[in-house]
Amino acid sequence: MRNIFIIFKRELKSYFNNPLAYVLIIIFSLLSMGLTFVIGDFLKMNDASLTSFFFFHPWIYMIFGPAIGMRLWSEEHRMGTTELLLTMPISAWQAIVGKFLAACVVLAAALLSTISIVFTVYYLGKPDGQMIVSGYIGSFLVGASSIAITCAISAFTRNQISCLLVAVAVCFVLVLAGFPRVTEFLRPNFPALADIGNSVSFWWHQSEMARGIIRLQSPVYLLSLIGFSLYLTGVIIRGKRS
Amino acid sequence: MIDIANLTKHFGPKVAVDNLSLSVQKGQVLGFLGPNGAGKSTAMRMITGYLPPTSGSIVIGGIDMLEDPNAAKALIGYLPESAPLYQDMTVEGFLSFAAELRGLDGQRRRDAVGNALATCFLEGVRRQSIDTLSKGYRHRTCLAQAIIHDPEVLILDEPTDGLDPNQKDVVRNLIRHMGKTKAIIFSTHILEEVEACCTRAVIIDRGKVVADGTPDHLKRHAARAGSVTVRFQNAPGGLRQDLEKLKYGARLEAVETAGSTLSAVVYPKTKADASNLSAEIYELARSRNLALSELHEEPGRLDEMFRELTSQNKV
Repeated sequence: MRNIFIIFKRELKSYFNNPLAYVLIIIFSLLSMGLTFVIGDFLKMNDASLTSFFFFHPWIYMIFGPAIGMRLWSEEHRMGTTELLLTMPISAWQAIVGKFLAACVVLAAALLSTISIVFTVYYLGKPDGQMIVSGYIGSFLVGASSIAITCAISAFTRNQISCLLVAVAVCFVLVLAGFPRVTEFLRPNFPALADIGNSVSFWWHQSEMARGIIRLQSPVYLLSLIGFSLYLTGVIIRGKRS
Repeated sequence: MIDIANLTKHFGPKVAVDNLSLSVQKGQVLGFLGPNGAGKSTAMRMITGYLPPTSGSIVIGGIDMLEDPNAAKALIGYLPESAPLYQDMTVEGFLSFAAELRGLDGQRRRDAVGNALATCFLEGVRRQSIDTLSKGYRHRTCLAQAIIHDPEVLILDEPTDGLDPNQKDVVRNLIRHMGKTKAIIFSTHILEEVEACCTRAVIIDRGKVVADGTPDHLKRHAARAGSVTVRFQNAPGGLRQDLEKLKYGARLEAVETAGSTLSAVVYPKTKADASNLSAEIYELARSRNLALSELHEEPGRLDEMFRELTSQNKV
C-alpha cells in the first residue's frame, strides 16, 4: 500500500504541475455542460433529471480518457525512467495501480467541476437523487475504464500521440458498440451481436446507470475491464523487458 | 556481495550476454570494460533486476534476485546508462521520492536527501527543476538517487559519461571512496578510469568475459608489456650484437643510432623475464662502463590489451 501511495503522490503532483490536467478538466466541464444545454435541450425537456447530461459522457471520455492516460507509461518509456522505477524495491503492479489511481483523481476532479449542474437541476425541480448518484458513479467507472485501457496501450509505446490515437479508436469502438443506431441496425439479422455490443459498450452501461438502474452487471463489467486492462499493462511491461 | 553464475540473455536469435559468471566482494571496485554493444549494459540491467535473464542466477548479498526481487533490489543502488530522471520534479523532490521508495521516512529521509545532495555537490541546485539542469548536474542527480539509501552494492553504468574533466574527477574520487565499504560494478570505456579507481577489471566482448584481473595484471598481458627500452650515450661498435645475445632477451626492435647514441627496445623471452632482462642490461652497461641514459621496463598498457582482446574477428 505504501509503495502504491508513493507512486500515486508523485504521479498526481506531476499531473497538476502540468497545464494539461487543468486544460482537460476545463474542457471536460465546458463540453459536458455545454452539450447538455445546447444539443441536449436540457431546459426544454422539462425533466428534472441529468439524463441528457450523462448522455454525452461516453463520447467525451472517448477523447478525455486517452488524453489523461496517454502519458502514464509512454512518458516513462520516453524518459527512460521505467528502468529507474522498476529497479526500485517495488513491484510493477504497485507502480501501475498508483499511476492509474492518480489519473482517476484527475477524472474525479473533472466530474466534480460539473457539480453546478446538480444544483441547477435541484433548483429547477425535484430530481431523483439516487439517479444522480448512480449516474455519477457510472460516469466515473466509464471514465476510469477508458483511462485503464489507455494505460495498457501507453505501456506499448514511447510516443504519446500514437498512444492517444489508438486509445481513442479502441474507446470509440467500445462506445459505438452499444449505441442504439448500431444495435438497432444489427438486431434484425444478428441479434446475438447486438447483445454482445450492448454488454461491452460504455454507452449502454453508462445510460443504464444514468437511468438509475443499478444492476450488478454494469459495475462488475466496468470494474473487471479496469482490472483486466491494468493486468494487461503489467504483462506488456514485463513482455517489453524480456 | 554480488554473485552471478552462468548469466545468459538472448534477444531473439542474438546473444547479448553469454554465460557470464562473476563475483564481487565488499571493498572491491570492478571495472566493466568492453566495446559498444559488448553486453555491458544488458548484464547490468539483469543484475539490477530490470531485465529477466534467459538463464543463470543472480544473487545479491545472499538473496536471489529471481526469487525475491524486492529484497535483492533494496540492497542495490543503480545508475542507468542514460541517467533517466523525472524532468518535471525538482532535484530535492526527486531525491525525496527516491528515498521514500527506498523505505526512508521522516527525519531519516531528510538526512538521506541532505547527504546525497552534499556528496554529489548538488546543494546549489536543490530547488531547481530537473529539466533546467545541464547534463553534468543531471548525471549527478541520478547518481545521488543511486546512493541515497547507502546501498551495499552499487551498479553504475558509465557514471562519468558526458561529464567535464573536473566532474569526472569528482565522480572517480567518489567511487574510489565508496569502494572501500561497498561492492561496486561500473562500466566505462575510458581506460584510465579503470586504472584510477578499480581494484579489478573485467573485459567483455560479445557477451563473454575475455579478461579478468587487477588492472596491473591485465596490463602485463599486453604484447608490449615487459619490453625494455634502453639508450646508451657512448655506444661502441659491437653493442648491437651484444644486445641481441642477451641471456634473457628474445629480440631487438626499433634500433636507432645517432652519432654514438644507440637506442632500442629489447623484448624478453617470456614476460616473467622482464626484470631479469633489465638487470642484465644494467650489468652489461656497468661492466663495460657504458653511459646508460635510459632503462625503462614497459608495464604494459590497458588500451593495448583492450584492443588485442576485443578487435579480433570484427567485421
